[in-house]
Amino acid sequence: MKYKLKYKRYSENAILIEWPSKIDENILQDLLFYKKIIENEGIKEIVEIITAYNSILIYYESTIENVYEAVSVLKSLYSNSFESKEIKSRLWEIPVCYSPTLAPDLKSFSKAKSLTVDEVISLHTAVIYKVYFLGFLPGFCYLGGLNDRLFLPRKSTPSLEVKKGSVAIGGNQTGIYPLDSPGGWHVIGKCPLNFFDANLDGPSHIIPNDNVQFMSISEKKYNDISAAVLNENYFPEPMCL
Amino acid sequence: MMGKVKIIAPGLFSTIQDEGRFGFAEYGVPFSGAMDQNSYYLANALLGNHQNDACIEWVFQPPVLQFDEPTIICVTGAATDCFLNSEKVLMNRQIRVNAMDMLTMKFCKNLKYGYVGIKHGFQSKSMLNSRSFFKEVTPKDILWKDDEINYTTVNTFTEQFSTVSSHSPFKDTNKLVVYKGPEFDNLNHKQRDLLFNSYFTISGAANRMAIQLEEVLPNSLPSMLTSPVLPGTVQLTPSGKFIVLMRDCQTTGGYPRILQLSKESINVIAQKRAQEKFRFRLSDDFEE
Repeated sequence: MKYKLKYKRYSENAILIEWPSKIDENILQDLLFYKKIIENEGIKEIVEIITAYNSILIYYESTIENVYEAVSVLKSLYSNSFESKEIKSRLWEIPVCYSPTLAPDLKSFSKAKSLTVDEVISLHTAVIYKVYFLGFLPGFCYLGGLNDRLFLPRKSTPSLEVKKGSVAIGGNQTGIYPLDSPGGWHVIGKCPLNFFDANLDGPSHIIPNDNVQFMSISEKKYNDISAAVLNENYFPEPMCL
Repeated sequence: MMGKVKIIAPGLFSTIQDEGRFGFAEYGVPFSGAMDQNSYYLANALLGNHQNDACIEWVFQPPVLQFDEPTIICVTGAATDCFLNSEKVLMNRQIRVNAMDMLTMKFCKNLKYGYVGIKHGFQSKSMLNSRSFFKEVTPKDILWKDDEINYTTVNTFTEQFSTVSSHSPFKDTNKLVVYKGPEFDNLNHKQRDLLFNSYFTISGAANRMAIQLEEVLPNSLPSMLTSPVLPGTVQLTPSGKFIVLMRDCQTTGGYPRILQLSKESINVIAQKRAQEKFRFRLSDDFEE
């Protein structure tokens, strides 16, 4: 699976590589495979690789003196690579309490979508979401796969503080706020887990290409898990797919 | 031996900054690092430090600092009257500090960001390979009154050191050098004309994450998938607002990236105050 990629110089220190502009799991696989090849090559001037839906940005330690050479090194890594094998992926079952006491927008969201709360919960928990990349906030996962019956434009005025753990919908996207933050998404549930911990070498357990499914839990279970997070830094184990 | 600097008064949004945090963007962690890297690097250079040694960064109102052991410090960036105890001391050169000396600086007279460097750097906790403050990454995201930060004591002083008479001299700071951003080509000719033939104004909405400009450029640029961004990326929103991303910006963004500031211009715009005007000058350095 080889795509026609576009290479652009982004800044003195950075080169942008673009895939066709769509949200597509095959593009994600190809892009992460390419990233891995670049990392394995151990080019010491490269200090950061940022990935998103259909692009990767390669950031060099200092000004790229010869951009043609840098691009041709990258291009040859891509064209000489073997067919990208599907990278092993994992499934995380993420507990979410869909209760109006913890999710301030659950009722207004249901009403706006002419659905019952139970219908919102079953539509939101039925899907296995794909983690495309992390961004927006440390530990925030961009998830693909939201059912279009749950699409709702962002709030016209963002909330000043969305609580850490809030599970929310904005436009055609859904996600979990890993930290307290201003935000314009509709909060429909709350998750007791910690999604970002700077004390860990990999500060987020969940990484691109993982899969996420939300599991509806009671308020009691929410409190039990919160206590386990607090006392023993609990985070569930993933299943290998 | 370790000394401690105590924050007697915190100033405005004072933080610890180094060159920044690299290698964690895949977890959504921003680069951070000193807003005006020229002034930051100057402080370390004058102290003979490593260029990644951590400095205190302040905005407009500097902090008041007390050092409990001897050391050498250096103040750079925005112009401020500095006093060690009650004696006036100069910026942009080494300042010898004795045990219990107090550094006081006045509200700055120009620019915005200032730096206090210290011999061997401030030893606040390094998280994910950097001491640069960032919420939820470092234990603190801002310095408060009575906070204490460690430093390595200096007991031998030489009387030979470099100084600079005035810094950031030979450049026209009213023209910011930019490159075309990935979505630049979607702008029409009229929009490009406006971009390079108008003055732009720094708005009051400016912090370590982004600087908004006052002008508006009506546009109907196609929406795009969320994509990587960097400090210095200029985004154009559907409502026509310009957002210049700065050091603490997100790693990805969904607004068209029409321009990218040169490394030098990021340092220049960081120091501009609200209502200051400037123009964009397109560099052809990247053209084939």
